[in-house]
Amino acid sequence: LAIIKCTFTFNLFYILFPQIIAFDELKTDYKNPIDQCNTLNPTIEKVKKIKRVKIAIKLVLPEYLIHFFFCVMFFCAAEWLTLCLNLPLLAYHVWRYMSRPVMSCPGLYDPTTIMNADILAFCQKEGWCKLAFYLLSFFYYLYGMIYVLVSS
Amino acid sequence: MLFESGGITENLDGFDQLSWQGGWINASRPDTGEKATLGPSQNPVGLQQLPGVSYGMTHQPTYNPMQAKAPAPPGTGLYPSGPYQPVHPVSSYQPGPPLSSYPAPSGQALLTRPLMGGPPSHTPPQSASPGPRLPPAQATPPPPAVSSSSYYPNPRQPQPMAPAWHYNTAPPPMGQPTSMSIPPRGPVPNHVNPAASSTPSSTPYSSAPPAHVPHSVTQPPGPGMPPTSLHGYTQPGPAPPPMTHMAPHTYQPSRAPYGPPPTGPPPTMKPTPPPTGTLMPNATPPPPKADAQCGGAVNSTLPPTEPDCQEGDIECPGTVAGNGPQAPNSYNHVDNKMAGLPQPGPPGRHLGHYPSLPPGYQNTSALHNAGPPMHPAMQAATQPYTQPPQTYQQPPGGPGPAQLSQSLAALSLQSSTPESLRVVNLLQERNLLPPNPMPAPTPCLPQDLQKINCNPEVFRSTLTSIPQTQSLLNKAKMPLGLLLHPFKDLSLPVVTSSTIVRCRSCRTYINPFVNFLDQRRWKCNLCYRVNDVPEEFMYNPVSRSYGEPHKRPEVQNATIEFIAPSEYMLRPPQPAVYLFILDVSHNAVETGYLNVFCQSLLDNINALPGDSRTKVGFITFDSTIHFYNLQEGLSQPQMLIVSDIEDIFLPTPDSLLVNLNECKELVQDLLKSLPNLFEKTMETQSALGSALQAAFKLLSPTGGRMSIFQTQLPNLGVGALQSREDPNQRASAKDIQHLSPATDFYKKLALDCSGQQVAVDLFLLSSQYCDLASLGCISRYSAGSVYYYPSYHHQHNPAQVECFQKDLKRYLTRKIGFEAVMRIRCTKGLSIHTFHGNFFVRSTDLLSLPNVNPDAGFAVQMSIEENLDDMQVVSFQAALLYTSSKGERRIRVHTLCLPVVNSLADIFAGADVQAITGLLACMAVDRSATASLSDARDAMTNAAIDSLTSYRQSVLTIQQPGLLAPACLRLFPLFILALLKQKAFRTGTSTRLDDRLFAMCQLKYQPLVYALLMIHPALYRVDDLTDEGALNINDRTIPQPRVLQLSVEKLSREAAFLMDAGTVMYLWIGRNCHPNFLTQVLGVPNYAAVPDNLYLLPELDTAESQRTRAFIGWLRDQRPFFPSLHVIRDESQLKPTFMQNMIEDRTESALSYYEFLLHLQQQISK
Repeated sequence: LAIIKCTFTFNLFYILFPQIIAFDELKTDYKNPIDQCNTLNPTIEKVKKIKRVKIAIKLVLPEYLIHFFFCVMFFCAAEWLTLCLNLPLLAYHVWRYMSRPVMSCPGLYDPTTIMNADILAFCQKEGWCKLAFYLLSFFYYLYGMIYVLVSS
Repeated sequence: MLFESGGITENLDGFDQLSWQGGWINASRPDTGEKATLGPSQNPVGLQQLPGVSYGMTHQPTYNPMQAKAPAPPGTGLYPSGPYQPVHPVSSYQPGPPLSSYPAPSGQALLTRPLMGGPPSHTPPQSASPGPRLPPAQATPPPPAVSSSSYYPNPRQPQPMAPAWHYNTAPPPMGQPTSMSIPPRGPVPNHVNPAASSTPSSTPYSSAPPAHVPHSVTQPPGPGMPPTSLHGYTQPGPAPPPMTHMAPHTYQPSRAPYGPPPTGPPPTMKPTPPPTGTLMPNATPPPPKADAQCGGAVNSTLPPTEPDCQEGDIECPGTVAGNGPQAPNSYNHVDNKMAGLPQPGPPGRHLGHYPSLPPGYQNTSALHNAGPPMHPAMQAATQPYTQPPQTYQQPPGGPGPAQLSQSLAALSLQSSTPESLRVVNLLQERNLLPPNPMPAPTPCLPQDLQKINCNPEVFRSTLTSIPQTQSLLNKAKMPLGLLLHPFKDLSLPVVTSSTIVRCRSCRTYINPFVNFLDQRRWKCNLCYRVNDVPEEFMYNPVSRSYGEPHKRPEVQNATIEFIAPSEYMLRPPQPAVYLFILDVSHNAVETGYLNVFCQSLLDNINALPGDSRTKVGFITFDSTIHFYNLQEGLSQPQMLIVSDIEDIFLPTPDSLLVNLNECKELVQDLLKSLPNLFEKTMETQSALGSALQAAFKLLSPTGGRMSIFQTQLPNLGVGALQSREDPNQRASAKDIQHLSPATDFYKKLALDCSGQQVAVDLFLLSSQYCDLASLGCISRYSAGSVYYYPSYHHQHNPAQVECFQKDLKRYLTRKIGFEAVMRIRCTKGLSIHTFHGNFFVRSTDLLSLPNVNPDAGFAVQMSIEENLDDMQVVSFQAALLYTSSKGERRIRVHTLCLPVVNSLADIFAGADVQAITGLLACMAVDRSATASLSDARDAMTNAAIDSLTSYRQSVLTIQQPGLLAPACLRLFPLFILALLKQKAFRTGTSTRLDDRLFAMCQLKYQPLVYALLMIHPALYRVDDLTDEGALNINDRTIPQPRVLQLSVEKLSREAAFLMDAGTVMYLWIGRNCHPNFLTQVLGVPNYAAVPDNLYLLPELDTAESQRTRAFIGWLRDQRPFFPSLHVIRDESQLKPTFMQNMIEDRTESALSYYEFLLHLQQQISK
């Protein structure tokens, strides 16, 4: 189980890094926010006549889903301590998604407000905080894994 | 309730979210840094200024030497400031006493003055620095000798003041000479004004030529120096020198008001010493006269300027201000005079107090009256005055050698501080409203910079002095931001050049505030990179000379337009494309708007901006979408109906948008038949969303403009909305719901439109709820505009019809720019926090504007990211790149330069209360959408509380009872209260949701001047209009009644009043109104015969009627939209609306002004 933990957290890094980089780009690199939000939000593309909804799942939702999946795993494995550590973040994710701007498609970020300095700064800060959290939990899981391996 | 909820702490939170920025000004001006390069000249300048302020005589001599010594433009520029100061004291101070509650006219006033000016304190430092100058000065001014003697004593002794006065007036001539030598600055402010009055100010932006003339003149006077002066000029490197030329033009109009008229003209012409002598007699002997003259001059001069150049009006204050402080002074001065003129006797006082107010009030007033001399008011007034000088003295005295260079700025500040920082006890001084529209304060810049600075109507900052650090800004608790009107109708110098000179690292356009290090290099004023001057730039097309890059129009004008070469285009310029989308459902036909629209378009079809490629198209919709094939060759327009609104497609993509010139007849046919086509329709549904999608498809290849005319809630297909308004909750004091959009359909569509360079303008003509919160997004993010005509009906509401007609005409014929982007750059260290207006923000400093129109205003909140420690000035540059309707790619560049200061007192001295109010309104609109309306209201109240608290704690050294505010912020509480009672933010009064949202849109979108009228309407008494002080424009005499306070107390049954609320005007007729007015103006025999729905004044051939109509017409001409006029009586339905605009009065749900002040005081003293 610990090994699984490890790999999952690793995945989260991979997801979160581009997100942070993206916000940084937005701030410094003058990237168009419409494109930006499209990479961060799942986009629904209508392909002309064919009514095919192709959901390109990008960054935000997968992160939330993986984290949620984690928590479920911890719950199943009765890892109460780790679960407790993760619950606040889970709650935060739920709250964040509930309070997202009015949107007709899944996603968190609104291209019209993202360039507001406060919101952009907040998003960046949020990204870094989560990165730190995942990093710490990664080491914790790693420790747990080694401990299990050694003791067994 | 609001107040209770908004604790200070809450307020703070609110501010944080709103991202407040504070500002302050240093007594010692860092700004002058550029001047510092000038070195030698600066010192003299500083000295001169000081003397100028405090003592006119001494300065004069100094000036002359100065000129001789430093022909360098900057130095001279500074000097001129000296003259200014003298002027100020005269104008500003004298009037000052009357305004303030002081009872004693002359004696007291005199006493107070010295205190205020703090000249004595200043002088010592001054003398020290300019030591050498003083002697020369003495030598030079023989005539003034008498006055000079009196002068020196003045500071200490009150009586001398009068002479000082005269003296001051006299100094202007001095300044003029100096100015002559330094064409740009000095003369311009004061002296030029008179000149300006004589010469039409129409050419504010015109090229420099006129300026040159002064130069030539000036050089000769400068003994010995003349030829060299130019060189020196360039060498100093600081861009400022070139600036000067331009400045005179723009500013002339403005100055006129301030400068004593008599002195002004002569000074420009003459060499320094002689003029002073001659002038002296004139000015000095009759000081009072001078004032009167000034007042008169102001009236007469101002009017012409205003009409001629739109910019001129605002600038006036600014120009004077060459130094920040001056501006406030001057304007106050004007105000005072104005006030004085209309009201003989001691106007200030009587007005000042709250005689007729609530009981509590009366007590205070009574006390005040009883013991005028002793009284608190007096004390307050005097004490504060004294204080400022002290604080300011330090800067001058303390300053090391480095500061000397800054002395100019510092001096100007000092002189100004007394007025803009004059302490006003709001609880005791009632009559704070200036009798005429307020000019914008002038930044405390050296005159040469200020002369060329951007017109405040175009580019304005909430704090005319930028704080050095963010923490200082936070301390001041005032928002820092810019208000722009970038595409205002102006006549600009246009530059056609194959290379546009820009900074290589930050891409800033070359502007008047850059430094020329030498002939071949310039230093960017935003990023400080040194750039090469391209070969081409060495040639000056205006003067046809070579080797004077600093005299190019780009470096002479803060506002300029370039014709852009092809590298500024992503694709070839597209033709102007106009698509009209018309609601033709039953509801729409009922309102009868189609007739008006078609008629207007027919009338103006040749005036649509565009060239031979212009295209038009029409789409109508109800539950289906109707396209019109106007292909050339058809005998009549062909209607194509698409009923599959779920998956919209274009039936004949090629022939729906047609070339207007080639198919004009078909278009005209269509417009003639359209109103009849749907006369009998019974279709009630509206598929707006689908129509928009179709229109987007139609326009996406070229971009362009779509205009939607909608009369009901869209209720079919995509983008369908539901009514969210509960009429019973309209008046609830609880939170207003549904201020944010219900769906993001319109927003997403707007973003798509924005990406394809399509702007969407929305005309909403509806009597029912239309969910403007959702619909408005379509315009908001595509840089369109929103027009709203509640209860529009062709028969029942003729006033709205007229309004719609006029607006439509303006809308169809006004200038338009396509495919525009606007980038706002600012000096390193500053950054943009938030934008307000209609646009899409593409990156941190870039706005995407598919269309830009001349009626759009923008606001920007700024934050200070790095300390601006070593900077004297910062610059902001807004560059608008657009395609004109003629298919030309153009760039319009505005550059604003502001001083950096490091003390709270200076920040407060530079606060621009109007701009602050405008920015706060924008922030509050955002707040009410993201949080709640009550939050927004609290935040606004807290804004006032916090800034006044900060002022009290940090700037005032002596604490007194009462609600104290610096003079420049004296209207702040009033404006905040007005905002709280504005349609957008009021609670407790029944307000339709759409009305509220439209008001919010307007606050964000309207340029500041118009937004201010919506916030705080102007009230005039119009039954006794006279030609006294009237403006004269194009042979029309336009009377100028004074602005009254918005209180029922000011109304009288025997009179008639005009309330100008921006988009609407009310003419209120008192029950016992003089029959003369009724018959001569309204054309009715008696009061009872005034019709209920009168919205037009009959064109009677009487003097009264002509005056009234001229005045109303003049007010209307000043704005791009058409304010409808309603004549109301006591029984009129609109009377409550009129009364709701009586902001200073108490209503059931809102505080009166006095109560609001008490609330503020209570919060502040906590």
